[in-house]
Amino acid sequence: MRDFIKLEGMDSSDLKALISLAESLSEILSRPIKKVPTLRGRAIANVFFEASTRTRNSFELAGKYMSADVINFQASGSSVEKGETLWDTARNLTAMGIDAVVIRHQVSGIPGLLADLLDVPVINAGDGMHEHPTQGLLDLVAAKARKGRLEGLKVAIVGDVLHSRVARSDLWGFQTMGAEVTLVGPPNLLPAELGVAMTSNLEEGIKGCDVIQVLRLQHERQKGGSIPSVREYRALFGITGPRLAQWAPDACVMHPGPQNRGVEIDSDVLDGPQSAVLDQVRYGVAVRMAVLYRLLGGTHDI
Amino acid sequence: MTSNETVGNTRWHIKNVRILDPFTATDAMGDVFIVDGRFAAGPVQGMTVIEGQGLWAVPRMTDIHVHFREPGQEHKEDLLSGSRAAAAGGFTVVAAMPNTSPVIDSAALVAWERNRAREIGLVELWPMGAVTKGSAGQELAELGLMEEAGAMGFSDDGKPVANARMMRSALSYVSMLGHPIVQHAEDLSLSEGTVMHEGAISHQLGLSGAPAAAESVMVWRDVELSILTSGPLHVAHVTAIGSLEALEYAARRGAPVTAEATPHHLLLTDSAVSDWNSSPISKVNPPLRPTTHRAALRQAVASGLVSVIASDHAPHHMDEKAAPFPQAPYGISGLETSVGAVFTALLHSGLMDPLTLLARMTVGPHRALRAHYPGLVQGAAADLTLIDPHASWIVDSRAFYSQGHNTPMDGMQLKGRAVGTMLRGVWTMREGQVLA
Repeated sequence: MRDFIKLEGMDSSDLKALISLAESLSEILSRPIKKVPTLRGRAIANVFFEASTRTRNSFELAGKYMSADVINFQASGSSVEKGETLWDTARNLTAMGIDAVVIRHQVSGIPGLLADLLDVPVINAGDGMHEHPTQGLLDLVAAKARKGRLEGLKVAIVGDVLHSRVARSDLWGFQTMGAEVTLVGPPNLLPAELGVAMTSNLEEGIKGCDVIQVLRLQHERQKGGSIPSVREYRALFGITGPRLAQWAPDACVMHPGPQNRGVEIDSDVLDGPQSAVLDQVRYGVAVRMAVLYRLLGGTHDI
Repeated sequence: MTSNETVGNTRWHIKNVRILDPFTATDAMGDVFIVDGRFAAGPVQGMTVIEGQGLWAVPRMTDIHVHFREPGQEHKEDLLSGSRAAAAGGFTVVAAMPNTSPVIDSAALVAWERNRAREIGLVELWPMGAVTKGSAGQELAELGLMEEAGAMGFSDDGKPVANARMMRSALSYVSMLGHPIVQHAEDLSLSEGTVMHEGAISHQLGLSGAPAAAESVMVWRDVELSILTSGPLHVAHVTAIGSLEALEYAARRGAPVTAEATPHHLLLTDSAVSDWNSSPISKVNPPLRPTTHRAALRQAVASGLVSVIASDHAPHHMDEKAAPFPQAPYGISGLETSVGAVFTALLHSGLMDPLTLLARMTVGPHRALRAHYPGLVQGAAADLTLIDPHASWIVDSRAFYSQGHNTPMDGMQLKGRAVGTMLRGVWTMREGQVLA
């Protein structure tokens, strides 16, 4: 593995190895001194062409906890605004000796093309509606921590799957690990031709589920004509306490964030015992440490 | 043969060649004689002999959908580089779309373009005029005056004539002229913001897709308007099963409707987008479709429902094509791969016989634009292409004569290639070398 672009098509053995690595690295986060020398002397660039809080912070801390030097490049206020292409931006960074590029871009496929161009590892931190593979990986780790396994789990991904890169990474990741995935949402927000089990009936979709991944509802979907109102969306697809208690009392509930409380998920669920959202965030750092370690070939002991 | 012979001589004797002339429905072994720009009945003094063993001789290879970008976008292509690409690809006639800058929407511009192409002298260029002024969709352009100046059809290609009332008016108006409206059929409200075909591949890649219906709903509309007005309609680059159904309906109703398919839609599918790792090199409008649509399109070309193959040659500068997918321009540089792609998709697959296939690149385009040519007969202008149908070659876009090197066929192996192109008795290309 040279780059980390997508979970689609990844070998289950590679995926399993990354999950175990993340599990063992997560222990570092509970140490009083969260610093290992693993990537000392290595430089990582976080190149974000799209706003991000969680993912960027998580990558930055992951690098720093392993002693790498991390710089953050944001498109706004940079040479990009002067018309520089992203290919030149990236080539310039590698000319400065950067050892890995973490990229988020609003256009699907850009990280993969960048990986073809650069000689250093490229890590996809989310591209358009394509994939968000470290998010997918952390969802696997969080679900496994709750359920003790991934194989045979019943997983529901609920919401605007069509426009969600998280949903795609989750779908491929859970499928590769032997879980059974159902996509749930309004028919016009489901990728109809993907050949995956789908339903627009929430009860049918989540009943008896082991894992529910709730997707953020982008408010612009209402203006774009995809849903009539946030109120109607909540009425048909909102994950509420009573629904969860009735239909999926054993499910671990996840959300990639940022959440719209009271829209796609209610606070009593988000803050309740079935919620794994903070586990997701915690494992997010461990997962990104695992990916950096794997790609940058950490040589020191952990 | 040396290049001196090529340049100096005007009398040619091509021996033992397979003559495939769709204009006269001829498929026979024989010799072709050319004297002073015209086909002759037999040998005369001073002919240079060319051995044609294993080659096909095809008159008037025609591509009625190319973009030569001049005036205004000469960094992508100009009339010289476009003409050279046509000669290299084996074409003696091309129809150039008017979406230049400025748009070719007046008689003066039509005449200028035709005259400039004649000065270059590598290809017979049929100018297409815009349907509406500036292709803005608001007012009809001077269709009659453009036709007098040499326009062979009218199109706002690159975009559709979106307004149904304007399209009705245009079709009705050209029913008194000699040439059709050529429509780029696309419902922009369905395709807005999309970059490829909507289907399994777009859903996997997370690229925004347009449904096939974005094309077919407008083909259905236009067919109805052609029936309403009796106006001649040629549908550019059809790709969708629904569009083909609309064409069948038009044929049943006896409407004056023709249509074309491109080599890339006949050869490739939307999996090219994933094969090229989501690079916009495969971004084209209408988009590459899945195999179900491609199979239907191939059948439609074989049956003659789609009577024209045209390249939609759309050269772009590589820096523009290197932009992220949504910003990158649509289009494939297609003139120099057309014969290879079409032969690979339709001939070597066993789907079509040579004469029927070549009709789609000769007589079909002539009928669609209502042009006349007698075929490979004594006295006709000697527009001729020699094709090696079995030549296997690997596409190398860097070797193109076109300035546009943008093609997802790059690196593909194709079978079939033009090895000689003659315009009015003068070789414009021999063995892959353009002679001007």
